[in-house]
Amino acid sequence: MVKIVDKEQIKQLFAEGQRLMIGGFIECGAPHRLIDLLLESGVGNLTLIGNDTGFDDQKSGQLVVEKRLSRVIVSHIGTNKETGRQMNRGDLEVELIPQGTLVEQIRAGGAGLGGVLTPTGIGTPVAEESRTIEVDGREYLLAKPLRADLALVKAWKADRDGNLLFRYAARNFNPVMAMAGDKVVVEAEEIVPAGEIDPNQVMTPGIFVDYILQNGGEGASV
Amino acid sequence: MRERITRRIARELEDGDVVNLGIGMPTMVADFIPDDIRVIFQSENGFVGMGPRPPKGEEDPDLVNAGSEPVTIKTGGAFFDSTTSFAIIRGGHLDATVLGALQVDEQGNLANWKIPGKLVPGMGGAMDLTVGARQVIVATSHTTKKDQPKILPECTLPLTAKGEVDLIVTELAVFRVTGQGLLLEEIAEDTTVKEVREKTAAGFSIAPELTTFA
Repeated sequence: MVKIVDKEQIKQLFAEGQRLMIGGFIECGAPHRLIDLLLESGVGNLTLIGNDTGFDDQKSGQLVVEKRLSRVIVSHIGTNKETGRQMNRGDLEVELIPQGTLVEQIRAGGAGLGGVLTPTGIGTPVAEESRTIEVDGREYLLAKPLRADLALVKAWKADRDGNLLFRYAARNFNPVMAMAGDKVVVEAEEIVPAGEIDPNQVMTPGIFVDYILQNGGEGASV
Repeated sequence: MRERITRRIARELEDGDVVNLGIGMPTMVADFIPDDIRVIFQSENGFVGMGPRPPKGEEDPDLVNAGSEPVTIKTGGAFFDSTTSFAIIRGGHLDATVLGALQVDEQGNLANWKIPGKLVPGMGGAMDLTVGARQVIVATSHTTKKDQPKILPECTLPLTAKGEVDLIVTELAVFRVTGQGLLLEEIAEDTTVKEVREKTAAGFSIAPELTTFA
Protein backbone atom coordinates (compact mmCIF):
# COMPACT_ATOMS: atom_id res chain seq x y z
CA MET A 1 0.00 0.00 0.00
CA VAL A 2 1.16 3.46 -0.89
CA LYS A 3 1.63 5.90 1.96
CA ILE A 4 1.52 9.64 1.42
CA VAL A 5 3.96 11.00 3.95
CA ASP A 6 5.44 14.28 5.14
CA LYS A 7 9.00 15.51 5.11
CA GLU A 8 9.89 14.16 8.54
CA GLN A 9 8.63 10.68 7.67
CA ILE A 10 10.71 10.76 4.49
CA LYS A 11 13.83 11.73 6.43
CA GLN A 12 13.37 8.76 8.73
CA LEU A 13 13.74 6.44 5.73
CA PHE A 14 17.36 7.53 5.23
CA ALA A 15 20.23 5.82 7.02
CA GLU A 16 24.02 5.97 7.03
CA GLY A 17 25.67 3.72 4.44
CA GLN A 18 22.55 3.10 2.37
CA ARG A 19 22.60 2.18 -1.27
CA LEU A 20 20.38 4.63 -3.18
CA MET A 21 19.09 4.84 -6.71
CA ILE A 22 18.25 8.38 -7.72
CA GLY A 23 16.43 9.10 -10.99
CA GLY A 24 17.30 11.87 -13.41
CA PHE A 25 19.63 12.68 -16.27
CA ILE A 26 22.03 15.52 -15.38
CA GLU A 27 19.39 17.11 -13.08
CA CYS A 28 16.50 16.71 -15.58
CA GLY A 29 13.91 14.52 -13.86
CA ALA A 30 15.91 14.30 -10.64
CA PRO A 31 13.87 14.33 -7.38
CA HIS A 32 15.25 17.60 -6.06
CA ARG A 33 12.96 17.87 -3.03
CA LEU A 34 13.83 14.34 -1.91
CA ILE A 35 17.52 15.13 -2.37
CA ASP A 36 17.01 18.22 -0.18
CA LEU A 37 15.54 16.00 2.53
CA LEU A 38 18.38 13.53 2.13
CA LEU A 39 20.87 16.37 2.60
CA GLU A 40 18.93 17.71 5.62
CA SER A 41 18.85 14.24 7.19
CA GLY A 42 22.62 14.43 7.54
CA VAL A 43 23.33 10.81 6.51
CA GLY A 44 26.51 9.98 4.65
CA ASN A 45 28.72 7.15 3.43
CA LEU A 46 26.07 6.50 0.78
CA THR A 47 26.36 4.56 -2.47
CA LEU A 48 24.66 6.32 -5.37
CA ILE A 49 23.39 4.42 -8.39
CA GLY A 50 22.34 6.85 -11.10
CA ASN A 51 23.10 8.07 -14.57
CA ASP A 52 25.52 10.77 -13.41
CA THR A 53 26.45 13.00 -10.46
CA GLY A 54 24.60 16.11 -11.68
CA PHE A 55 26.03 19.60 -11.94
CA ASP A 56 28.29 20.78 -9.11
CA ASP A 57 26.20 23.98 -8.81
CA GLN A 58 22.80 22.26 -8.87
CA LYS A 59 20.84 20.01 -6.54
CA SER A 60 21.89 16.42 -7.37
CA GLY A 61 25.49 17.50 -7.48
CA GLN A 62 25.34 18.64 -3.84
CA LEU A 63 25.41 15.03 -2.67
CA VAL A 64 28.99 14.98 -3.96
CA VAL A 65 29.85 18.56 -3.01
CA GLU A 66 28.66 17.95 0.58
CA LYS A 67 30.62 14.66 0.66
CA ARG A 68 27.67 12.39 1.43
CA LEU A 69 28.77 9.69 -1.00
CA SER A 70 31.50 7.10 -0.63
CA ARG A 71 30.78 5.29 -3.87
CA VAL A 72 29.00 6.10 -7.13
CA ILE A 73 27.90 3.70 -9.87
CA VAL A 74 27.18 5.94 -12.86
CA SER A 75 27.81 6.37 -16.60
CA HIS A 76 29.14 9.92 -16.57
CA ILE A 77 30.77 12.33 -14.11
CA GLY A 78 31.95 15.06 -16.49
CA THR A 79 29.34 17.65 -15.44
CA ASN A 80 30.41 17.64 -11.77
CA LYS A 81 34.06 18.62 -11.33
CA GLU A 82 33.92 17.82 -7.63
CA THR A 83 33.29 14.14 -8.42
CA GLY A 84 36.56 13.95 -10.35
CA ARG A 85 38.44 15.80 -7.61
CA GLN A 86 37.21 13.47 -4.86
CA MET A 87 37.93 10.45 -7.08
CA ASN A 88 41.50 11.61 -7.74
CA ARG A 89 42.06 12.20 -4.00
CA GLY A 90 40.82 8.69 -3.30
CA ASP A 91 37.85 9.95 -1.25
CA LEU A 92 35.18 8.68 -3.62
CA GLU A 93 35.00 5.33 -5.36
CA VAL A 94 33.73 5.80 -8.92
CA GLU A 95 32.49 2.88 -11.00
CA LEU A 96 31.77 3.95 -14.59
CA ILE A 97 29.35 1.80 -16.57
CA PRO A 98 28.04 2.33 -20.12
CA GLN A 99 24.64 3.98 -19.85
CA GLY A 100 22.74 1.28 -21.72
CA THR A 101 24.33 -1.42 -19.58
CA LEU A 102 23.62 0.46 -16.36
CA VAL A 103 19.93 0.85 -17.10
CA GLU A 104 19.63 -2.84 -18.01
CA GLN A 105 21.38 -3.81 -14.76
CA ILE A 106 18.77 -1.80 -12.87
CA ARG A 107 15.99 -3.34 -14.93
CA ALA A 108 17.39 -6.83 -14.25
CA GLY A 109 17.45 -6.02 -10.54
CA GLY A 110 13.82 -4.99 -10.62
CA ALA A 111 12.68 -7.74 -12.94
CA GLY A 112 14.15 -10.72 -11.11
CA LEU A 113 16.78 -11.53 -13.72
CA GLY A 114 20.25 -12.85 -12.98
CA GLY A 115 21.77 -10.27 -15.32
CA VAL A 116 21.86 -9.38 -18.98
CA LEU A 117 24.30 -10.04 -21.81
CA THR A 118 25.41 -7.01 -23.78
CA PRO A 119 27.82 -6.50 -26.70
CA THR A 120 28.58 -3.00 -25.39
CA GLY A 121 32.14 -2.61 -24.14
CA ILE A 122 33.70 -5.61 -25.88
CA GLY A 123 37.32 -4.75 -26.66
CA THR A 124 37.37 -1.85 -24.18
CA PRO A 125 38.52 -1.54 -20.54
CA VAL A 126 34.91 -2.27 -19.50
CA ALA A 127 35.38 -5.87 -20.65
CA GLU A 128 38.20 -6.36 -18.12
CA GLU A 129 35.68 -5.96 -15.30
CA SER A 130 33.15 -8.46 -16.65
CA ARG A 131 32.77 -12.09 -17.63
CA THR A 132 32.59 -12.72 -21.37
CA ILE A 133 29.95 -15.21 -22.49
CA GLU A 134 29.62 -16.50 -26.04
CA VAL A 135 26.13 -17.04 -27.44
CA ASP A 136 25.73 -18.43 -30.96
CA GLY A 137 29.24 -17.34 -31.88
CA ARG A 138 28.96 -13.77 -30.64
CA GLU A 139 30.67 -12.42 -27.54
CA TYR A 140 28.76 -10.59 -24.83
CA LEU A 141 29.61 -9.15 -21.44
CA LEU A 142 27.66 -10.28 -18.40
CA ALA A 143 26.10 -7.35 -16.59
CA LYS A 144 24.84 -8.31 -13.16
CA PRO A 145 21.61 -7.02 -11.62
CA LEU A 146 21.60 -3.90 -9.44
CA ARG A 147 19.20 -3.17 -6.60
CA ALA A 148 19.06 -0.49 -3.91
CA ASP A 149 17.78 0.01 -0.39
CA LEU A 150 15.83 3.02 -1.59
CA ALA A 151 14.91 4.32 -5.03
CA LEU A 152 14.17 8.05 -5.17
CA VAL A 153 11.93 8.80 -8.12
CA LYS A 154 10.62 12.04 -9.64
CA ALA A 155 7.18 11.90 -11.28
CA TRP A 156 5.04 14.52 -12.98
CA LYS A 157 1.73 13.26 -11.61
CA ALA A 158 1.00 10.62 -9.00
CA ASP A 159 -2.38 9.44 -7.79
CA ARG A 160 -3.03 8.23 -4.24
CA ASP A 161 -2.55 4.63 -5.45
CA GLY A 162 0.97 5.46 -6.61
CA ASN A 163 0.29 5.32 -10.34
CA LEU A 164 2.76 7.61 -12.05
CA LEU A 165 3.09 9.76 -15.13
CA PHE A 166 6.36 11.31 -16.21
CA ARG A 167 6.83 14.42 -18.33
CA TYR A 168 8.95 14.81 -21.46
CA ALA A 169 12.61 13.86 -21.01
CA ALA A 170 12.23 13.83 -17.23
CA ARG A 171 11.21 10.16 -17.48
CA ASN A 172 14.69 8.72 -18.21
CA PHE A 173 15.84 6.37 -15.37
CA ASN A 174 12.81 6.99 -13.11
CA PRO A 175 10.42 4.19 -14.19
CA VAL A 176 13.11 1.52 -14.19
CA MET A 177 14.43 2.57 -10.77
CA ALA A 178 10.86 2.43 -9.46
CA MET A 179 11.11 -1.35 -9.92
CA ALA A 180 14.53 -1.86 -8.35
CA GLY A 181 14.39 -0.32 -4.88
CA ASP A 182 13.51 -2.31 -1.76
CA LYS A 183 11.51 0.79 -0.92
CA VAL A 184 10.44 3.26 -3.58
CA VAL A 185 9.95 6.92 -2.67
CA VAL A 186 8.26 9.29 -5.10
CA GLU A 187 8.29 13.04 -5.38
CA ALA A 188 5.52 14.23 -7.72
CA GLU A 189 4.90 17.69 -9.12
CA GLU A 190 1.23 17.06 -8.51
CA ILE A 191 -0.74 14.48 -6.53
CA VAL A 192 -4.12 13.92 -8.15
CA PRO A 193 -7.23 12.13 -6.85
CA ALA A 194 -7.61 8.40 -7.51
CA GLY A 195 -9.09 7.75 -10.93
CA GLU A 196 -7.78 10.92 -12.49
CA ILE A 197 -4.94 9.11 -14.25
CA ASP A 198 -6.40 6.93 -17.02
CA PRO A 199 -5.22 3.32 -16.46
CA ASN A 200 -4.37 3.21 -20.17
CA GLN A 201 -1.85 5.99 -19.70
CA VAL A 202 -0.14 4.86 -16.47
CA MET A 203 3.62 4.71 -16.99
CA THR A 204 4.58 3.18 -13.64
CA PRO A 205 1.90 1.06 -11.92
CA GLY A 206 1.35 2.08 -8.31
CA ILE A 207 2.16 -1.35 -6.94
CA PHE A 208 5.87 -0.50 -7.28
CA VAL A 209 5.56 2.60 -5.09
CA ASP A 210 5.84 2.68 -1.29
CA TYR A 211 5.91 6.36 -0.31
CA ILE A 212 4.87 9.62 -1.91
CA LEU A 213 6.02 12.94 -0.53
CA GLN A 214 3.05 15.21 0.16
CA ASN A 215 2.53 18.06 -2.29
CA GLY A 216 5.19 20.65 -1.64
CA GLY A 217 6.26 18.52 1.29
CA GLU A 218 3.70 20.46 3.36
CA GLY A 219 0.30 19.41 4.84
CA ALA A 220 -2.10 16.91 3.32
CA SER A 221 -3.38 17.79 -0.12
CA VAL A 222 -5.18 14.72 -1.33
CA MET B 1 35.95 24.48 -38.74
CA ARG B 2 33.10 22.96 -36.76
CA GLU B 3 30.63 24.22 -39.31
CA ARG B 4 32.61 22.73 -42.20
CA ILE B 5 32.85 19.32 -40.49
CA THR B 6 29.20 19.12 -39.50
CA ARG B 7 27.96 20.48 -42.85
CA ARG B 8 29.89 17.69 -44.60
CA ILE B 9 28.54 15.03 -42.22
CA ALA B 10 24.96 16.19 -42.83
CA ARG B 11 25.39 15.04 -46.45
CA GLU B 12 25.84 11.45 -45.24
CA LEU B 13 22.32 11.34 -43.81
CA GLU B 14 19.36 10.18 -45.86
CA ASP B 15 15.63 10.70 -45.86
CA GLY B 16 14.04 8.64 -43.10
CA ASP B 17 17.25 7.98 -41.15
CA VAL B 18 17.08 7.73 -37.36
CA VAL B 19 20.22 9.43 -36.03
CA ASN B 20 21.80 10.15 -32.65
CA LEU B 21 24.12 13.13 -32.41
CA GLY B 22 26.71 13.16 -29.62
CA ILE B 23 27.04 16.20 -27.38
CA GLY B 24 29.17 19.16 -28.49
CA MET B 25 30.07 19.65 -32.13
CA PRO B 26 27.96 16.72 -33.47
CA THR B 27 24.71 18.47 -32.46
CA MET B 28 25.46 21.08 -35.16
CA VAL B 29 24.82 18.43 -37.85
CA ALA B 30 21.09 19.00 -37.37
CA ASP B 31 21.49 22.59 -38.65
CA PHE B 32 22.58 21.41 -42.09
CA ILE B 33 19.92 18.85 -43.01
CA PRO B 34 18.31 19.91 -46.33
CA ASP B 35 14.64 20.89 -46.12
CA ASP B 36 13.57 18.23 -48.60
CA ILE B 37 14.56 15.25 -46.43
CA ARG B 38 13.34 14.18 -43.01
CA VAL B 39 15.91 12.89 -40.55
CA ILE B 40 14.62 11.75 -37.15
CA PHE B 41 16.94 12.68 -34.32
CA GLN B 42 17.09 10.47 -31.24
CA SER B 43 18.25 11.85 -27.91
CA GLU B 44 19.56 9.17 -25.54
CA ASN B 45 17.97 10.81 -22.51
CA GLY B 46 14.68 9.57 -23.91
CA PHE B 47 13.01 10.74 -27.09
CA VAL B 48 12.86 10.69 -30.87
CA GLY B 49 11.83 13.63 -33.01
CA MET B 50 14.18 16.12 -31.39
CA GLY B 51 13.89 19.63 -32.84
CA PRO B 52 15.98 22.79 -32.54
CA ARG B 53 16.45 25.04 -29.50
CA PRO B 54 13.21 26.90 -28.68
CA PRO B 55 12.95 30.70 -28.79
CA LYS B 56 14.21 32.48 -25.69
CA GLY B 57 11.69 32.30 -22.88
CA GLU B 58 10.12 29.05 -24.13
CA GLU B 59 12.76 26.70 -22.71
CA ASP B 60 11.39 23.85 -20.59
CA PRO B 61 13.68 22.19 -18.02
CA ASP B 62 12.03 18.83 -18.79
CA LEU B 63 12.84 19.11 -22.49
CA VAL B 64 16.60 19.09 -22.94
CA ASN B 65 19.05 17.08 -25.00
CA ALA B 66 21.69 14.73 -23.58
CA GLY B 67 23.99 17.74 -23.13
CA SER B 68 21.38 19.57 -21.00
CA GLU B 69 20.63 22.14 -23.72
CA PRO B 70 16.99 23.21 -24.24
CA VAL B 71 15.46 21.62 -27.34
CA THR B 72 11.99 20.96 -28.79
CA ILE B 73 10.09 17.91 -29.96
CA LYS B 74 8.64 17.74 -33.47
CA THR B 75 5.22 16.49 -34.48
CA GLY B 76 5.39 12.69 -34.57
CA GLY B 77 8.01 12.53 -31.83
CA ALA B 78 7.83 10.32 -28.75
CA PHE B 79 9.24 10.20 -25.24
CA PHE B 80 10.33 7.00 -23.49
CA ASP B 81 12.45 5.77 -20.59
CA SER B 82 16.14 4.91 -20.71
CA THR B 83 15.60 1.17 -21.32
CA THR B 84 13.68 1.93 -24.53
CA SER B 85 16.21 4.57 -25.47
CA PHE B 86 19.03 2.03 -25.30
CA ALA B 87 16.96 -0.69 -26.96
CA ILE B 88 16.81 1.74 -29.90
CA ILE B 89 20.54 2.41 -29.68
CA ARG B 90 21.86 -1.13 -29.11
CA GLY B 91 19.12 -2.99 -30.95
CA GLY B 92 20.04 -1.88 -34.47
CA HIS B 93 17.31 0.76 -34.80
CA LEU B 94 19.70 3.68 -35.33
CA ASP B 95 20.90 4.33 -38.86
CA ALA B 96 23.80 6.49 -37.72
CA THR B 97 25.51 8.16 -34.80
CA VAL B 98 27.90 11.10 -34.93
CA LEU B 99 30.46 11.28 -32.12
CA GLY B 100 33.50 13.31 -31.19
CA ALA B 101 36.94 11.78 -30.64
CA LEU B 102 40.04 12.19 -28.55
CA GLN B 103 41.73 9.65 -30.82
CA VAL B 104 40.62 7.44 -33.69
CA ASP B 105 42.74 4.89 -35.52
CA GLU B 106 43.13 3.01 -38.77
CA GLN B 107 41.35 -0.08 -37.42
CA GLY B 108 38.24 1.98 -36.68
CA ASN B 109 38.92 2.09 -32.94
CA LEU B 110 37.68 5.14 -31.07
CA ALA B 111 38.83 6.70 -27.78
CA ASN B 112 36.73 9.51 -26.35
CA TRP B 113 35.92 8.86 -22.68
CA LYS B 114 39.04 8.89 -20.60
CA ILE B 115 42.52 10.40 -20.32
CA PRO B 116 43.97 8.39 -17.42
CA GLY B 117 45.04 10.58 -14.52
CA LYS B 118 43.79 13.76 -16.20
CA LEU B 119 40.25 13.72 -17.49
CA VAL B 120 37.67 11.05 -16.77
CA PRO B 121 34.24 12.26 -17.89
CA GLY B 122 32.92 8.72 -18.39
CA MET B 123 31.49 7.00 -21.42
CA GLY B 124 27.83 7.94 -20.96
CA GLY B 125 26.02 6.39 -23.92
CA ALA B 126 28.98 6.41 -26.31
CA MET B 127 29.91 2.72 -25.99
CA ASP B 128 26.32 1.66 -26.68
CA LEU B 129 26.04 4.07 -29.63
CA THR B 130 29.21 2.79 -31.30
CA VAL B 131 28.21 -0.85 -30.89
CA GLY B 132 24.60 -0.37 -31.93
CA ALA B 133 24.40 2.23 -34.69
CA ARG B 134 24.66 0.93 -38.27
CA GLN B 135 27.01 3.75 -39.23
CA VAL B 136 29.44 5.37 -36.79
CA ILE B 137 30.66 8.76 -37.99
CA VAL B 138 33.42 10.55 -36.11
CA ALA B 139 33.42 14.35 -36.16
CA THR B 140 36.77 15.69 -35.00
CA SER B 141 39.36 18.37 -35.52
CA HIS B 142 42.19 16.84 -37.53
CA THR B 143 44.75 17.51 -34.79
CA THR B 144 44.71 18.42 -31.11
CA LYS B 145 44.98 22.02 -29.88
CA LYS B 146 48.72 21.40 -29.61
CA ASP B 147 48.83 20.24 -33.27
CA GLN B 148 49.31 16.58 -32.35
CA PRO B 149 47.69 14.04 -34.69
CA LYS B 150 44.37 12.54 -33.53
CA ILE B 151 44.15 10.00 -36.35
CA LEU B 152 46.65 7.35 -35.33
CA PRO B 153 47.96 3.91 -36.34
CA GLU B 154 46.62 2.72 -32.99
CA CYS B 155 44.78 4.56 -30.20
CA THR B 156 46.85 4.94 -27.03
CA LEU B 157 43.98 6.08 -24.80
CA PRO B 158 41.41 3.65 -23.35
CA LEU B 159 38.99 2.60 -26.08
CA THR B 160 35.33 3.49 -26.36
CA ALA B 161 34.84 1.04 -29.20
CA LYS B 162 36.86 -1.55 -31.05
CA GLY B 163 36.60 -1.50 -34.84
CA GLU B 164 33.22 0.23 -34.97
CA VAL B 165 34.06 3.53 -36.73
CA ASP B 166 32.96 3.76 -40.37
CA LEU B 167 33.74 7.34 -41.39
CA ILE B 168 36.05 10.07 -40.04
CA VAL B 169 35.33 13.66 -41.00
CA THR B 170 37.73 16.49 -40.12
CA GLU B 171 38.19 20.03 -41.38
CA LEU B 172 40.77 18.65 -43.80
CA ALA B 173 39.65 15.22 -44.90
CA VAL B 174 37.06 12.46 -45.11
CA PHE B 175 38.40 8.96 -44.40
CA ARG B 176 36.47 5.75 -44.75
CA VAL B 177 37.55 2.87 -42.50
CA THR B 178 37.92 -0.27 -44.60
CA GLY B 179 39.19 -3.79 -43.90
CA GLN B 180 42.49 -2.61 -45.43
CA GLY B 181 42.85 0.52 -43.28
CA LEU B 182 41.89 4.10 -44.00
CA LEU B 183 40.83 5.31 -47.42
CA LEU B 184 41.09 9.05 -48.09
CA GLU B 185 37.93 9.81 -50.07
CA GLU B 186 37.80 13.60 -49.94
CA ILE B 187 39.98 16.51 -48.99
CA ALA B 188 38.94 20.06 -48.13
CA GLU B 189 39.15 22.43 -51.10
CA ASP B 190 41.83 24.54 -49.40
CA THR B 191 44.22 21.71 -48.47
CA THR B 192 46.46 19.21 -50.22
CA VAL B 193 47.10 15.49 -49.84
CA LYS B 194 50.56 16.48 -48.67
CA GLU B 195 49.17 18.54 -45.79
CA VAL B 196 46.78 15.71 -44.86
CA ARG B 197 49.74 13.27 -44.81
CA GLU B 198 51.74 15.58 -42.57
CA LYS B 199 48.92 15.91 -40.06
CA THR B 200 47.81 12.27 -40.02
CA ALA B 201 49.84 9.73 -38.05
CA ALA B 202 47.89 6.80 -39.44
CA GLY B 203 48.71 5.37 -42.84
CA PHE B 204 46.04 5.69 -45.53
CA SER B 205 45.44 4.97 -49.18
CA ILE B 206 43.92 7.46 -51.57
CA ALA B 207 40.67 6.84 -53.41
CA PRO B 208 41.11 6.74 -57.20
CA GLU B 209 38.32 9.31 -57.45
CA LEU B 210 39.52 11.69 -54.76
CA THR B 211 37.12 14.64 -54.55
CA THR B 212 37.02 17.88 -52.57
CA PHE B 213 34.53 19.41 -50.12
CA ALA B 214 33.89 23.01 -49.17
